[in-house]
Amino acid sequence: MAAGPAPPPGRPRAQMPHLRKMERVVVSMQDPDQGVKMRSQRLLVTVIPHAVTGSDVVQWLTQKFCLSEEEARHLGAVLVQHGYIYPLRDPRSLVLRPDETPYRFQTPYFWTSTLWPAAELDYAIYLAKKNIRKQGTLVDYEKECYDRLHTKINHAWDLVLMQAREQLRAAKQRRKGDRLVIACQEQTYWLVNRPPPGVPSVLEQSPGRGSCAASRVHMTKRADFYKQEIEYCRRALGRTRVKSSVCLEAYLSFCSQRGPHDPLVSGCLPSNPWISDDDAYWVMNAPTVVAPTKLRVERWGFSFRELLEDPVGRAHFMDFLGKEFSGENLSFWEACEDLRYGAQAQVPTLVDAVYQQFLAPGAARWVNIDSRTMERTLEGLRQPHRYVLDDAQLHIYMLMKKDSYPRFLKSDMYKGLLAEAGIPLETKKRVFPFSRRPRHSSPSPALLPTPVEPTAAGGPGGGDGVA
Amino acid sequence: MCDQTFLANVFGSCDKCFKQRALRPVFKKSQQLSYCSTCAEIMATEALHENETLASLKSEAESLKGKLEEERAKLHDVELHQVAERVEALGQFVMKTRRTLKGHGNKVLCMDWCKDKRRIVSSSQDGKVIVWDSFTTNKEHAVTMPCTWVMACAYAPSGCAIACGGLDNKCSVYPLTFDKNENMAAKKKSVAMHTNYLSACSFTNSDMQILTASGDGTCALWDVESGQLLQSFHGHGADVLCLDLAPSETGNTFVSGGCDKKAMVWDMRSGQCVQAFETHESDINSVRYYPSGDAFASGSDDATCRLYDLRADREVAIYSKESIIFGASSVDFSLSGRLLFAGYNDYTINVWDVLKGSRVSILFGHENRVSTLRVSPDGTAFCSGSWDHTLRVREVVFSFPVCERRGEG
Repeated sequence: MAAGPAPPPGRPRAQMPHLRKMERVVVSMQDPDQGVKMRSQRLLVTVIPHAVTGSDVVQWLTQKFCLSEEEARHLGAVLVQHGYIYPLRDPRSLVLRPDETPYRFQTPYFWTSTLWPAAELDYAIYLAKKNIRKQGTLVDYEKECYDRLHTKINHAWDLVLMQAREQLRAAKQRRKGDRLVIACQEQTYWLVNRPPPGVPSVLEQSPGRGSCAASRVHMTKRADFYKQEIEYCRRALGRTRVKSSVCLEAYLSFCSQRGPHDPLVSGCLPSNPWISDDDAYWVMNAPTVVAPTKLRVERWGFSFRELLEDPVGRAHFMDFLGKEFSGENLSFWEACEDLRYGAQAQVPTLVDAVYQQFLAPGAARWVNIDSRTMERTLEGLRQPHRYVLDDAQLHIYMLMKKDSYPRFLKSDMYKGLLAEAGIPLETKKRVFPFSRRPRHSSPSPALLPTPVEPTAAGGPGGGDGVA
Repeated sequence: MCDQTFLANVFGSCDKCFKQRALRPVFKKSQQLSYCSTCAEIMATEALHENETLASLKSEAESLKGKLEEERAKLHDVELHQVAERVEALGQFVMKTRRTLKGHGNKVLCMDWCKDKRRIVSSSQDGKVIVWDSFTTNKEHAVTMPCTWVMACAYAPSGCAIACGGLDNKCSVYPLTFDKNENMAAKKKSVAMHTNYLSACSFTNSDMQILTASGDGTCALWDVESGQLLQSFHGHGADVLCLDLAPSETGNTFVSGGCDKKAMVWDMRSGQCVQAFETHESDINSVRYYPSGDAFASGSDDATCRLYDLRADREVAIYSKESIIFGASSVDFSLSGRLLFAGYNDYTINVWDVLKGSRVSILFGHENRVSTLRVSPDGTAFCSGSWDHTLRVREVVFSFPVCERRGEG
């Protein structure tokens, strides 16, 4: 290969871990004892040593990694696509045939990661060689590239042709077998680095990743990076941790509790809409529905968050609180959520509205916060920002979670809802499986008028039971 | 929230500028002070004091990191697969494609589900962003962005708008309209401005705030209406590639992963990094919270997916196989957290048993790398988008039911 001008900086091998891993696999495949069985392959009159068959490659991968046949074939195909193994007979298509088709391992010199990146000058020399050797062996896209390069590096074209002729002359002095092998190897390299149109390039990356290496090195040399790390470590050393056994047990109980509620794991009744083309499941589980299903009502008992996140559950909880004359707690919490996630411009207005309705002495729906939190909140109200009510909101949230919520779950109201809730019947399988049910479209949420939520800022009277 | 330990967030007057802000503790010559995030950043960029050479700082950082690892290891008394031994194994299952969405003329880079469980927004390399009703496979809206490589897109919680961005370094919000006379591009709002490409974006609990991650190494929280920057998050040493909001009760944190191999958990109010994990060996392409909010999974170019527990403050599981060589580009959990779906750059989708750590299924579902994968909001199916120009919605069919289904009636 000619030593062209310095190639533009690309991702060094360390940045493409999959190439390194493939190279390790291919190296172990060539191990004399544990590797794939090598044999000599006869191609017309020449004998090429160290060849392997496609089926042997697949077999070796199946055994080495304990894979299924399909997966082994896929892995083998990937190795061929990246040019680590090349076909001897039909070097144009980098495809793995799991039969007697002969293949050979690419020499490390031509590995994509070694000769990186592929230089335009080298490609020009390669195409020129092909052109000179046998006029017209250039395929259409290669002819186009050749012409394009001819215009692009016209000034160096004499060098290109000279190099091409030199390399061809040197090659003639080699044995026919070696010539053939080197030609295959070079062709494979260029098929990977300059794929024909229609074949996706296996080396394509998302834009911008190349900057990683540069910026990473840059960051570690600066003092503030280390200072930040030191500060973080000091903070982290002081935090309390929980034993692994406790945390991991939590996953087990979470998964077993939620298993029956997971459609991908347990299926869903009446049927999974994607399978049956029937959207009954979505209709029955719409955000606001009069009769929630049993599974849904059960979920309200899993955690307070689940109850609040479900509009139907939240509405029932509001009714319950109304009976206990503590509906203002939930309304206050909702108003605080509106503040936290609302538009920046609305912050002062919302804060004021919440204060007037819930916190001011003698307010219409005064919430009971402990004096220390109230003091801090009132202090913070002098310079309102969207998180100014967080302390108070948290206090009320914990109050509801530790007190009202457990009572709700034990209440007759909830037990009644649970008893009333039904389990949908499974949709009967279609008699004629080939007849497709019409798939009903649904109105886009963008079309629906935005639902009016009762807000702290004097919306329609909150549902705490007080008319 | 009581079950998670967070640093107490104090609002008060900063010890340096005396403004009323969210404060964080900083150490200045072994003395603890409370600074607001702006002053803390200024302090970090101040010139080196005497006795603080770069080398000494580096070695101090290394030794503290070592001590931190020791502390973390002390409470690690059991491995996940040991605990999961008594859980029943999942049976054999097959993944079937139920919908194929064709219409992008180029690589699909990102997708997101709408809360109505059937609509999808997807973006591609040629700048097109399409909103589909994937149940009927109809295209409902299409926008052409003025830039290529739209690497991030998100659906608003209300279903009335979408956000997208990429090589234009911006995140734009488009309200969805069915009015034939209106050009969607006309109502576009430019919300976020970064100094490098946008890699991920997500709405918070409402349509009015957006969280973005960028190739400039930062994440940021924006007010959609005014385009104002509400909070920025600095700490990654390289491009940030992904983020996910925590499903916790107080909704205050999110996790981000980047090219610096670190996954960092942030407090949205103060801009502070609460926890950081650095066990991956290469770029982290995707992070997703476990449904309970106590853990998150990450997929990386080092061909592994890892599970990090937030309470134990450590990595608790690695999902990898010797034969899986290519990076995982996208991960997501099923509703119960039992299954982890991961799309890889070798065109496959692997499904892992989260508890047992084993791979339960592989799907050769695409003709080019899988770039994005999300489970639908109600967990009935998952959608994968690929560089082969298509999106496919699939569901899972077990040979034998895993959990006892209730009797009818």
